[in-house]
Amino acid sequence: MENAEENILEVKDLTIDFHTYAGTVKAIRDVSFHLKKGETLAIVGESGSGKTVTTKTVMGLLANNAEVVEGTVKFHGKDILKMSQKQLESIRGKDIAEIFQDPMTSLDPTMKIGKQIAEPLRVHKGYSREKANKQALEMLKLVGITNAEERINDYPHQFSGGMRQRIVIAIALVCYPEILIADEPTTALDVTIQAQILDLMKELQEKISTSIIFITHDLGVVAGMADRVAVMYAGKIVEYGTVDEIFYNPQHPYTWGLLNSMPTLDTAKGKLESIPGTPPDLLDPPAGDPFAARNPYAMKIDEQKEPPFFKVSDTHYAATWLLHPDAPHVEPPVEIKRRQEVYKQRLQAGTINQGHIHSTGNTRFGNDDDDAIGE
Amino acid sequence: MDTREKILEVKHLKQYFNVGKKDEVHAVDDVSFDIYKGETFGLVGESGSGKTTTGRAIIRLLDPTDGQVIFNGRDVASLKSKADMMAFRREMQMIFQDPYASLNPRMKVKDIVAEGIDIHHLAKNDQDRTNQVEDLLETVGLNRDHSSRYPNEFSGGQRQRIGIARALAVQPDFIIADEPISALDVSIQAQVVNLMKELQVQKGLTYLFIAHDLSMVKYISDRIGVMHYGKLLEIGPAEEVYNHPLHLYTESLVSAVPQPDPEFERNRRQVVYDASPEFDDKKRKMVEITPQHFVSASEDELATYRKRAIENGLKPLN
Repeated sequence: MENAEENILEVKDLTIDFHTYAGTVKAIRDVSFHLKKGETLAIVGESGSGKTVTTKTVMGLLANNAEVVEGTVKFHGKDILKMSQKQLESIRGKDIAEIFQDPMTSLDPTMKIGKQIAEPLRVHKGYSREKANKQALEMLKLVGITNAEERINDYPHQFSGGMRQRIVIAIALVCYPEILIADEPTTALDVTIQAQILDLMKELQEKISTSIIFITHDLGVVAGMADRVAVMYAGKIVEYGTVDEIFYNPQHPYTWGLLNSMPTLDTAKGKLESIPGTPPDLLDPPAGDPFAARNPYAMKIDEQKEPPFFKVSDTHYAATWLLHPDAPHVEPPVEIKRRQEVYKQRLQAGTINQGHIHSTGNTRFGNDDDDAIGE
Repeated sequence: MDTREKILEVKHLKQYFNVGKKDEVHAVDDVSFDIYKGETFGLVGESGSGKTTTGRAIIRLLDPTDGQVIFNGRDVASLKSKADMMAFRREMQMIFQDPYASLNPRMKVKDIVAEGIDIHHLAKNDQDRTNQVEDLLETVGLNRDHSSRYPNEFSGGQRQRIGIARALAVQPDFIIADEPISALDVSIQAQVVNLMKELQVQKGLTYLFIAHDLSMVKYISDRIGVMHYGKLLEIGPAEEVYNHPLHLYTESLVSAVPQPDPEFERNRRQVVYDASPEFDDKKRKMVEITPQHFVSASEDELATYRKRAIENGLKPLN
């Protein structure tokens, strides 16, 4: 079943340096992931972990001082990194579109919103003004702007933040892109508005079956949106798996730390478990596991040798030496143990979502996967 | 029945803008609440609800249109003389939202932190000033030798620590923290919240914690007040407001908070809030439904709220 699904995007061994006055920043180090049709992949991590740079690469929007040292970004088998500007322009905004973080600055304040929504259609599809405007109006209705016929001639400043983000979404989706990149699309919004926008994105995703790369540092949002999750730290992916695997059976101490530092519904009034310290300086990334300095479970080898990906299940991999067969057994934090308990129960009940969320019914794990989880 | 000492009483606070003009805005409209000594009071609401304006009116960054703000027995809203304002601002300090915008990039950390010390002449000599600054930096988890650096050399979390050190420099009793962690990463948020909690215990501080992140507010606060359209809709113990909200707006706000739990998210039931009853011109006041748990209600709504409380397993007062 897995293989039958097409990977519309494949990123392999991506390594990107930024040349700055202070030296070479190793922003992305050996990042690989893929995106299947219709799924939502969430990339989580702190600021500076490289999540935005990764998507900028996919959009062909890297800054001038960036250098792709290694790697390929294949969109339907064609390497985006080798494309000319002209080829890129034919894809960008049409096949791959992006919703930016800040709805206040990503719209042109001097242009009526109808024209901004129609623009991609005029540029990419060569629609007449009339035809483009008509479709822009449809799109505006689709994203839930009331009174769309009148409001299409308004300017961005006449809308609230949530409404503006709906307009940004309309612009991104008007050409029915195959890939939608959403870079912290709700971070600037209130929770109630955020919930509306997320529901809207899910609804539209089903309508036009687009794939979404969702970037955020809010794990609550990830839990609600993602089919699969990749956790980034210091320019590397340290763990990836299905949303259930990452939230209920996390393996990397950094993922533990992230999940542990959020107050949940029933966090008692104690001390929040924070991750001590700050991320490493990517001008001079440490040898070994980049998380070692902040990792209470760090072993000697973490400071010497970078851990490879260890397989947890067919869809779940984590780069931590703790998964090495010779590693000593460690007790994860209480909250993580609670989550792993949930995982075990749901594994037995067969309600763990492995692989694709759009498949009806849940897939059961094979026997060999059970073994992998045990140790 | 309450023996705790009130450090702050906000009474019928009103903050209007463009008064008398066509576009008069009632940013804060008849808000009343008390804050007890040593507690953390969380003020939540959407953008535009008036929570920040309330904070600013309390610390007199704005001159309230009407109402009283009684801090340690004195009405702040009526303070006139410069000397009185100076004395007041030593007792009440603020931590700002954006650690990138709230530190002067051209000042060294030691001068940023010592600004309050200088203004209030709290240092005997240069050596004393340096010592105080270095002690403060240590208190907030930074190094003593950070004092000669500039803000751009620090990360967001470290900058927020500098902001906290600056607020602590004049030894205040009361700190207003306006979205102090919203601009920070998750793992750093927890660090700053823990630091604020430790300092509260060490120095006996009282906090007014303004934020829109309900789960964090619930965690840090003893009591929560919920604002919407300039009005206070509900006040109560943090756990109770969060787990058993009485006002429908609070319920919708709580139901919108994403939880880091995929199963929960799949079954999420979003409560839609209809704000129209807020504009029906009925007289509403804060009524204590269950002990210490108040909700803004008109006479004819009281029965509904009492019923809701019972449904939530709470014991309403008569």
